[in-house]
Amino acid sequence: MSTDHHEEHPKGLSRWLFTTNHKDIGTLYLWFCFIMAVVGGIMSLVIRSELWQPGMQIVEPRFFNQMTTLHGLIMVFGFVMPAFVGLANWQLPMMIGAPDMALPRMNNWSFWLLPPAATLLVLSLFAPGGAPGAGWTLYPPLTVHEGMGMDFTILSVHMLGISSILGSINIIATILNMRAPGMTLMKMPMFAWSWLITAFLLLATIPVLAGAVTMLLTDRHFGTSFFDAAGGGDPVLFQHIFWFFGHPEVYILVLPAFGVFSQIIPTFARKPLFGYTSMVFATATIAFLSFIVWAHHMYTVGMPMTGELFFMYATMLIAVPTGVKVFNWVATMWRGSMTFETPMLWAIGGVFTFTMGGITGLMLSITPVDFQYHDTYFIVAHFHYTIIGGSVLAIFAAIYYWLPKWTGHMFSEPLGKLHFWLTLISFNLTFFPQHFLGLAGMPRRIPDYALQFTGFNEVSTIGAFMVIFAQLIFFYLVIKCIRGGEKAADQVWEGAEGLEWAVPSPAPYHTFATPPQVR
Amino acid sequence: MDIVGANQRTLRKLLLVAVAMFGFGYVLVPLYDVFCDVTGIRFNTQAKQENTAAAQGLVVDKTRWVTVEFTGNAMQGLPWEFYALKKKVRLHPGQTTVVKYFARNRADEAIVGQAVPSVAPPRATKHLKKAECFCFTQQRLAAGESKEMVVQFVIDPALPKEVDIITLSYAFFNADRVSANKYGGSAAPESHEHHGSHKKVTTNING
Repeated sequence: MSTDHHEEHPKGLSRWLFTTNHKDIGTLYLWFCFIMAVVGGIMSLVIRSELWQPGMQIVEPRFFNQMTTLHGLIMVFGFVMPAFVGLANWQLPMMIGAPDMALPRMNNWSFWLLPPAATLLVLSLFAPGGAPGAGWTLYPPLTVHEGMGMDFTILSVHMLGISSILGSINIIATILNMRAPGMTLMKMPMFAWSWLITAFLLLATIPVLAGAVTMLLTDRHFGTSFFDAAGGGDPVLFQHIFWFFGHPEVYILVLPAFGVFSQIIPTFARKPLFGYTSMVFATATIAFLSFIVWAHHMYTVGMPMTGELFFMYATMLIAVPTGVKVFNWVATMWRGSMTFETPMLWAIGGVFTFTMGGITGLMLSITPVDFQYHDTYFIVAHFHYTIIGGSVLAIFAAIYYWLPKWTGHMFSEPLGKLHFWLTLISFNLTFFPQHFLGLAGMPRRIPDYALQFTGFNEVSTIGAFMVIFAQLIFFYLVIKCIRGGEKAADQVWEGAEGLEWAVPSPAPYHTFATPPQVR
Repeated sequence: MDIVGANQRTLRKLLLVAVAMFGFGYVLVPLYDVFCDVTGIRFNTQAKQENTAAAQGLVVDKTRWVTVEFTGNAMQGLPWEFYALKKKVRLHPGQTTVVKYFARNRADEAIVGQAVPSVAPPRATKHLKKAECFCFTQQRLAAGESKEMVVQFVIDPALPKEVDIITLSYAFFNADRVSANKYGGSAAPESHEHHGSHKKVTTNING
């Protein structure tokens, strides 16, 4: 192929519609997830405003439930998953010395499925009967009796699922076939490793979710009775199938975050990653265990003792490989020449808050204890600590880490630090009190609550508004960084290692047209 | 090295995995049943019917009292009144007891119904043994007809010590799908299969 069309590409809208360039598609993914985060964030503010005081203030209970459902679906499928796919698109080819993703046209399609899917999901709000109000887990029998909005949601989940499957196939093919000569699997950056494993998780579980929602669809309209007791089905069956997808899904959300931490912490500790091999095996172990613990989400459905014991012990076992990872990060920092630039702050903050979420997860794994915590605000606090504390902080860390490479400009360090501290403090302000609320018995997904919960709920609402509005700083910082600023060096960070730092800043439209040789 | 070809091959293999996993989701439906049967962890509401004869030879445990509560609902699609005539009884394990339920057809045509029992707590299920039950067969009520229906049961003394209250509840379904739809609801489980046979009516409390 000739190389003299280097920086040429169509301009304007058609550039973005027809692009097969991994960097363009990565950018599209990231802006898409930014928009989704804004939409989902506004929904969370509706929830928190209603919960400012006991009693019914602002919205109807039904609308409140629609908000919790859509907030969950949008944040999981519209924000966190596409954000990591976007990062993978931008970074993976550059990190493994490939010219582009393995299947560039499919890459374009897997992105462009997302906007219609998201539109359909949001449109369900305006369908007769509104969006589903059954929570993001979509449990029947409620979801069998929901209005037309539920069908919108099911089809939207199908499209989001196809997009994820295509995206993960692309990532696997890229990593397996496109590595630079000399880069063996065990020489790959940890971000590539964690994405390889995540992609296999996606490939194995998203089709199962598609199956589960298809069963819901046929139960609703085509006379099947998978989940209808009156027809010989069983609503609990849905929970089993859903969580067979759902538990690996939470690792899909967090494993790429582990990869990001494993890139950033060595850079700013100026030491190689401690225990690279054990990191790889720990990640693979977490992925394997994620398939055999699903029923810990449903201890209270009335499982036999044998089942509860099995799922309890299997769940506790996950703490071992996760602990290996956390201790490896700590050991990487140990006696390193640490500096605390913005990406490092986000990474350390992320490891810290994720570990808090991990510990509450361990508490929840204990069956008899879970009977009390089940469906309370304790679980809400727990998974926000893992998903915001782990995944979202890692997304910010990654963006700050690679933004100079993308734009060619350094961002404003003081603003980045301000954004970090505001986010970290207000995030904890929002979700830490929810532990106490849950332990005291406040149920989740309820628009009203008993009087004694008022104080903590007010703190939580104040925190939520702070956390959302703190993101305006980020938006301003990114726009400013795209427009200009101090010229970034190719290396960007003193201690950074890896192929992506060998290309100029900003990264040219085509990189590694001739593959680099890895020693 | 042919990168494009390698990528195409990877794509085909992985697409196959995705399709297979979609199928696997459906295979899970019977698989959970099989798993429960193999491991014996299923709570089957009528799993021990064949032992009823043996159950009659049970020794009455006079040292222990168990309260059995009765409840029942006519489900959507069955325009019947349906309730337990006696809300609860206090008895010793091993003591054979008879209670009655009342049903009346409010529709102006004959309707066939099928009751499906369930027991709470689930671990008491296999210890509540029914010798006779209106749920064993379909019940036909003419227009406006009413009927008292009998359940004869015994509590197995092997009932776990910590269980002292058991609830027996019935969901009464319209046995005919067309008729059920007419009255705005759903039909009974696999209604075509259990004419005169009680073995098929099993409610899977837990897979």
